[in-house]
Amino acid sequence: MTDTADQVYLLARRSVVRTMRQPANIIGPLIFPLFLLAVNSAGLRAETHLPGFPSPSILAFILAVPFIQGALFATMNTGTDLARDIQTGFLSRLSLTPMRGVALLLGQLGGTITLGLLQAFVYVAVGTIAGVRFKSGVAGLLVLLLFYTLVVLAFGAVGLFAALRTGSGEAIQSLFPAFFVFLFISSMAIPRNLMAVTWFRDAATLNPVSYLIEGVRSLIIVGWDGEALALGFGIAAAVAAIAISASAWALQQRLAR
Amino acid sequence: MRTVSIARGVAWRMLNRFFTNMSLLIPSLVFPLFFFTAFAGGLAGIQHAPGFHFPTGYTAFQFSFVLLQSAAFAGVFTGFGIARDFESGFARRLMLAASHRSGIVLGYAVAGLVRWIATVSLLTAVALVVHMRVDGDGVDVVGLYTLGVLVNFTATLWATGVAMRLRTMQAGPIMQLPVFLVLFFAPVYVPLALLQGWIHTVALVNPMTRVLEAERGFISGAPTEVLAAFGAILALGSLFTVWAIRGLRRAEAAG
Repeated sequence: MTDTADQVYLLARRSVVRTMRQPANIIGPLIFPLFLLAVNSAGLRAETHLPGFPSPSILAFILAVPFIQGALFATMNTGTDLARDIQTGFLSRLSLTPMRGVALLLGQLGGTITLGLLQAFVYVAVGTIAGVRFKSGVAGLLVLLLFYTLVVLAFGAVGLFAALRTGSGEAIQSLFPAFFVFLFISSMAIPRNLMAVTWFRDAATLNPVSYLIEGVRSLIIVGWDGEALALGFGIAAAVAAIAISASAWALQQRLAR
Repeated sequence: MRTVSIARGVAWRMLNRFFTNMSLLIPSLVFPLFFFTAFAGGLAGIQHAPGFHFPTGYTAFQFSFVLLQSAAFAGVFTGFGIARDFESGFARRLMLAASHRSGIVLGYAVAGLVRWIATVSLLTAVALVVHMRVDGDGVDVVGLYTLGVLVNFTATLWATGVAMRLRTMQAGPIMQLPVFLVLFFAPVYVPLALLQGWIHTVALVNPMTRVLEAERGFISGAPTEVLAAFGAILALGSLFTVWAIRGLRRAEAAG
């Protein structure tokens, strides 16, 4: 057990150091979601005049989006880093050591979670400076950080699975548009009950990303919404469990080749 | 004549690679459709906001934007192809072989235009299938697509200038980001009059706002800002023609 913990620690430290040494991997996930936040919150302000819109502040409503968008970037970074390890032969060399598979998976996620926490602090700070007041208070902020860590873990594990299956950084990059589809066809920009087009509302209702956004949003604009939080945590935990299990299987397959 | 022949050769090569490589073709066709779906479908409720007046409907409102976006990004993606040609060494061999090198720039621009024609044909077909209203007459429709062509040429020339100066795929964000900013700092989701605060100020001075307003005027059969839009895009096009040609000279000088 101690050996496994040591392995996780060493690989996590490597993952964190590698993430921090690549400014492009930090700046993109931090800046791009903030840019979209600025554009969308300014451009969609008229939405707040719609009857039934849940918040008088469009910024508070949209602030949930950078969290999920940032987590999507985490998927790309984690997957690309592991794919690079596969392409350079690092994983093959590692497989000759007594390293355990679970240590590799958890260790690889170390850098992702560190970057995720940095993103969360920046988004909360930007929102607070811009005048957003979190309805759930300080306790809500702690729950938000916990929830976001789980979401980053889940998406990061999806990135690991993709990297282990494809072994190609280019293939991971090509997944980016697919993740954007999930983000855009969700309740990202407008509440589901105000969506005028039926099929779009149905698609957003089926899209798990809607519930992740609504989980974060509930802490910002509602306060304590048990249903939104239960759905958000439940979906994030399910994605994490499935993605980590699938990654463990994919790792076995790759090391057996 | 030689310039035309070189342009034809360059354009043919770019288009052959584009239409036979699914990893290039599919994103170019699907992305604009996706944005059209997400904006026109997801945000249609915003047309009920007080002060939002666009009788032709929100689908047509967003079609105008996505048409411009697809035109601009077809140009940017052509720039990616040029950068890739430099990385692979093909562009240098091409410059050795071409006697009139301005034909190279022209060829890339033609390739960018044909790429966009493929994309916008599909986009228009989908928009009509979902019963998008077009209240403009034939002349308006010609104006709608002519502005798109000019935006496409302008974006291609911008990306060409960047690609020829930097000659690496890592220049991708430099080609994309300004185009993205100019597009999204226009009134994308609501009419200009409904924008408030800093975005309204930025949109007012953004030349793409004039082009977008003119596009929406054409599709709704009430042309507006036509002279300003054509003036703005022709001015930008002239500027980026010089930018691209000077980029070509820089690439020649670099050897």
